[in-house]
Amino acid sequence: MTIAIDQGRTKHASRDVTAWDRLKVNRNWLGFWFMLPAMAFLILFLAYPLGLGIWISFTDARIGRVGNFIGLENYEWLWDDSIFWLSVFNTLLYTIAASVFKFAIGLYLALLLNENMPFKAILRALVLIPFIVPTVLSALAFWWIFDAQFSIISWSLKQMGVISQNINFLGDVYWARFSVIFVNIWRGIPFVAITLLAGLQTVSPSLYEAATIDGATRWQMFRHITYPLLTPIIAVVMTFSVLFTFTDFQLIWAMTRGGPVNATHLMATLSYQRAIIGGVLGEGSAISNAMIPFLLAAIMISWFGLQRRKWQQGESND
Amino acid sequence: MNDFTRRTLLQGGTALAAAGALTGPALFDFAKAWAQTAPWKAEKDAKLTLMRWKRFVPAEDAAFNEMVAAFKAATGTDMNVFSESFEDVQPKASVAANTGSGLDLAWGLHTLPQLFPTQVLMMNDVADYLGKKYGGWTDAAAATCKQGNNWLGIPVATIGGYLNYRKSAVDKAGFKEFPKDFPGFLEMCKALKANNTPAGFALGHASGDANSWLHWVLWGHGAYTVDKDDKVIINSPETMKALEYCKALSDTFIPGVASWNDSSNNKAFLAGELYCTGNGISIYVAAKDDPTKKDLAEDTYHALWPVGPVGHPTELQLCVPILAFKFTKYPNAAKAFIAFMLEKENFDKWLTGARGYLTHTLNAYDASPVWTADPKNYVFSQASKRALPASGIGTPGEKAATAIADFLVVDMFANYCTGREDAKGAIAIAERQLKRIYR
Repeated sequence: MTIAIDQGRTKHASRDVTAWDRLKVNRNWLGFWFMLPAMAFLILFLAYPLGLGIWISFTDARIGRVGNFIGLENYEWLWDDSIFWLSVFNTLLYTIAASVFKFAIGLYLALLLNENMPFKAILRALVLIPFIVPTVLSALAFWWIFDAQFSIISWSLKQMGVISQNINFLGDVYWARFSVIFVNIWRGIPFVAITLLAGLQTVSPSLYEAATIDGATRWQMFRHITYPLLTPIIAVVMTFSVLFTFTDFQLIWAMTRGGPVNATHLMATLSYQRAIIGGVLGEGSAISNAMIPFLLAAIMISWFGLQRRKWQQGESND
Repeated sequence: MNDFTRRTLLQGGTALAAAGALTGPALFDFAKAWAQTAPWKAEKDAKLTLMRWKRFVPAEDAAFNEMVAAFKAATGTDMNVFSESFEDVQPKASVAANTGSGLDLAWGLHTLPQLFPTQVLMMNDVADYLGKKYGGWTDAAAATCKQGNNWLGIPVATIGGYLNYRKSAVDKAGFKEFPKDFPGFLEMCKALKANNTPAGFALGHASGDANSWLHWVLWGHGAYTVDKDDKVIINSPETMKALEYCKALSDTFIPGVASWNDSSNNKAFLAGELYCTGNGISIYVAAKDDPTKKDLAEDTYHALWPVGPVGHPTELQLCVPILAFKFTKYPNAAKAFIAFMLEKENFDKWLTGARGYLTHTLNAYDASPVWTADPKNYVFSQASKRALPASGIGTPGEKAATAIADFLVVDMFANYCTGREDAKGAIAIAERQLKRIYR
């Protein structure tokens, strides 16, 4: 080694090893170039719009016109805006109520579909239908089902003599919230059920065999084998489910447009109404940015949950 | 205000056959002759890009496209026409105005030219030419396009909305004639409810229907969102009265109006469950086109909005003005096209194609055949005369447009009528939002 360097020095006395020479053989440098396309993609389509959205929320921008910087004015305004807080309440109610039911019914369905039964494959495929139908189409179908004058539910109940007047599904505050949450649950169950079913299939049957030999009951098997092994998947599924529900737009827009009297306005729909329809981009961005803390919290919970080794290995959480 | 159902879209096409005297070669001959004598000569190799709102009546679209083709042939101007939905027209026009490219002409809604008055081509000469030739412009239409003495655009037409009612039900309620004032209208709605033939007006986020009838109630009581200097004056005794009146009225409505969108009243009326509502002529047209609804069509009549305590008509109608951008390379071609659109040879046929859906803004077209072809169309011929701009008595422009788009007035009434807020609370919410918009 030393000899080689010495020879080099004598031959090219004037030339040292430059930074460029070092760079040429640097693996990190090469790696950077390989990473660049992905990075450019992320910056262009994720970081830049997000940053722009945050910047716009600090301005009084309108559609087609660059705004002036106005600091936190948009946020201060929203802080005192009863409709904004109503939309926050609606969004939380919508997300929590829908997610709880989606999880409970989804898990139940997954367990059911995991059993051996006739027509198993067809049944599993059928469960996916609400998920496959485009959201706007199913929302329109439900819009008819819940129509003030032509609701099939009201009609049937009237024929049976249970009620004398149509149920005001989308015109009454509580019925309207119930209706949109119901549709969201209907639409979201297949995703939860099928993903949990996939998780259930990875649980080794030998564990159940061993438990059976030990005399475990069905409940004990679920509690101490199925549930712990399923936990990582539950965490992922529910994170996604919460994110999708929290940012839902199509269902509400197609069914109620946020009505009656803003009782079903979610943060996403209010943001759209103010930013795009009303043209006040700054305020609309501020509303959508207000969703970020909630979404970050949801991601953090599952992230730190997943980081726990014991969880990942499917042991109990002591 | 004026949703056509899908059925109307399909069936409206038949109207085209009845529409025009001047089609094909005759129209081209007229167009050529017109181009020779018109005050505006299209630039050589002119090319115009025009954005318009998406049509509801196929026959209207067909008549429009024929006119475009004739203009093209007569002047050699290359025309590129595309449509956008109602909600997208304004944002796209704003972007064009602020980037200075993309469009030459924009045909939009309400007071579009007032949104960017410095970016439009002044139309004073076109307005003078047409006004002189065709008996002058209606005041309401002129207000949507005029800034001082300048014309920022040309009010092509108004999409009218009026009361649609079943004559048999109104007769049975004891009203030989449709009421002409607010108390009479309330009495009639009460009687309709008592007979189980209720009226109904949208209280939901229906951009057209809900805005039009609630602004009518508000303005009819002499209450406005802002005064002529754009100072917010919604918090007034008149607004209180409007809220009380509206509450009494909404108690007589068919259940479910808080969930209604623009098409809900069309459906309910055509199904025979709703006996009086505010809408464009679309309900009647749909009933006429449906052989199974012959009786309903015969029983359907139209009435003007009753006049409120202020003593003059206070209607919110949907004006559709056209504008040319200042940055267009072919200002003469743009002006020529706009003038050409509104010439009698084109416009009569176009109005007929629209079947009462569009109302003229030039007085001479009072005599247009569409208004006499069916006596039930006549009411809609008044839409350009009895309206206030979307801003009420305030300055037409962007702020008024935002207030309408954000349903401020609609939500104020809905909050009170559904019992979510008391009158003070409902007004306070609207006032706070208005103050921000008009800051």
